[in-house]
Amino acid sequence: MRYLLFIFALMLPLAAQAVEPDEILQDPVLEARARVVSKELRCVVCQNQDIDSSNAGVARDLRLLVRERLVAGDTNAQVVAYIQARYGDFVLLSPPFKPETYVLWLAPPALALFAFAIGVSVLRRSRRKNPRAPLSAAEETEIDLILATVEKGDAP
Amino acid sequence: MIRILAFLPLAVALIFGGFFLWGLDPERDPSSIPSVLISNPAPEFALDAVAGLATPALSRADLLGNPTPVVVNVFASWCVPCRAEHAVLSGLVQRDGVRLFGINYKDKPEDAVKWLNKLGNPYERIGSDLSGRAGIEWGISGVPETFIVAGDGTVIYRYVGPIVGDKAVTKFRQALVQAAVIKEAN
Repeated sequence: MRYLLFIFALMLPLAAQAVEPDEILQDPVLEARARVVSKELRCVVCQNQDIDSSNAGVARDLRLLVRERLVAGDTNAQVVAYIQARYGDFVLLSPPFKPETYVLWLAPPALALFAFAIGVSVLRRSRRKNPRAPLSAAEETEIDLILATVEKGDAP
Repeated sequence: MIRILAFLPLAVALIFGGFFLWGLDPERDPSSIPSVLISNPAPEFALDAVAGLATPALSRADLLGNPTPVVVNVFASWCVPCRAEHAVLSGLVQRDGVRLFGINYKDKPEDAVKWLNKLGNPYERIGSDLSGRAGIEWGISGVPETFIVAGDGTVIYRYVGPIVGDKAVTKFRQALVQAAVIKEAN
C-alpha cells in the first residue's frame, strides 16, 4: 500500500509548470511580479491558457518579454499595457470594462436581477391568490362542535 | 399587459435562436483574434538580412513611401504550411506583380537559405527575426501570417495562417483588389 502511494505521488505532476529555469529572474521579487503578470496574459496560441502555464513558443517569448520589461523598471500595469498594445484586449484574461464589453459585464447581474424580480412577483401573487380569510362565526361554532364530539370519544 | 406578456416566450426564443444562428455560422472562427494593427501604422522594427542571402534586410522604413501597398509575409523554413503557401505567394509576385517582403521568423539562416534556394525566392527583402521579437511587435500568434501594408505604412489587412486553397486565395486576392494592389478577376 505504501509503495502504491509512493508510485502515485511520483505520477503527480509536481505543479505543472511551463516556466523554464533559464527564464527565471535572479531577483525573487521581480520574478514573483513576473509570475503575477504572466497569469493575467492569455497565450495567443492555446487560447484558454495564461502564458505562465503555456508551453507555446510565443508564450515563452512573451514571458521573456514580461521579465525584460520588469527588469527595465516598468510597473506591472505598464508591462500589461505594452503587450496589450501589440496583441489587443484579447490578450487580457480579464476583459476591460468599456462600452464594447458592457453587455459582457452587465448581462449576468442584469439577468440575476431580472430573475429575482420574477421570483418576488410570483411569490407575491401566489400569496395574494390564497388569502387566509378568518373563519366566520358559524364555522367557528361548527368546529367547536366537532372538536367537542371528538374529545368525547364517539367520533364518526 | 397580459397579452403583451404572451409574446414574451416568442421574443426569448427569437433572441436565443438568433444567438445560436450566429454561433453556428461556419464562417465564424471563434478562435480568431482581432488584430490591433489594422488601420494602424506598422510597428517599429529593424531586422538584419538573412546571413548568406543576397536579399537585402527589412525594417519599418522599407514599408514607407511605396507607390502601391506591399505584402509582408512572416515565414520560416521549419513551417510546413509555409511551403505550400510559398507557391501561392510566388504566383502573386510573378503573375500579378505584387511586391512581397518577408520576415524570416525564428529560423536558422542556413536553413532559410537552403529553403529559398530550393523553392525560389519571391521576396524583395527579407528580415531575419531570430529572437521572434519583431513577431511580437507585429502581434503574430504563429507562422505563416501575411499583412498588406499601405504606402504610408498603415497596416490594412492581416491574414492568419497559410494562404492555401481556393477559399483562402480568393479571400486574400479580394483583399489585394480592395487595397488596389491588383485588378479584379483573372
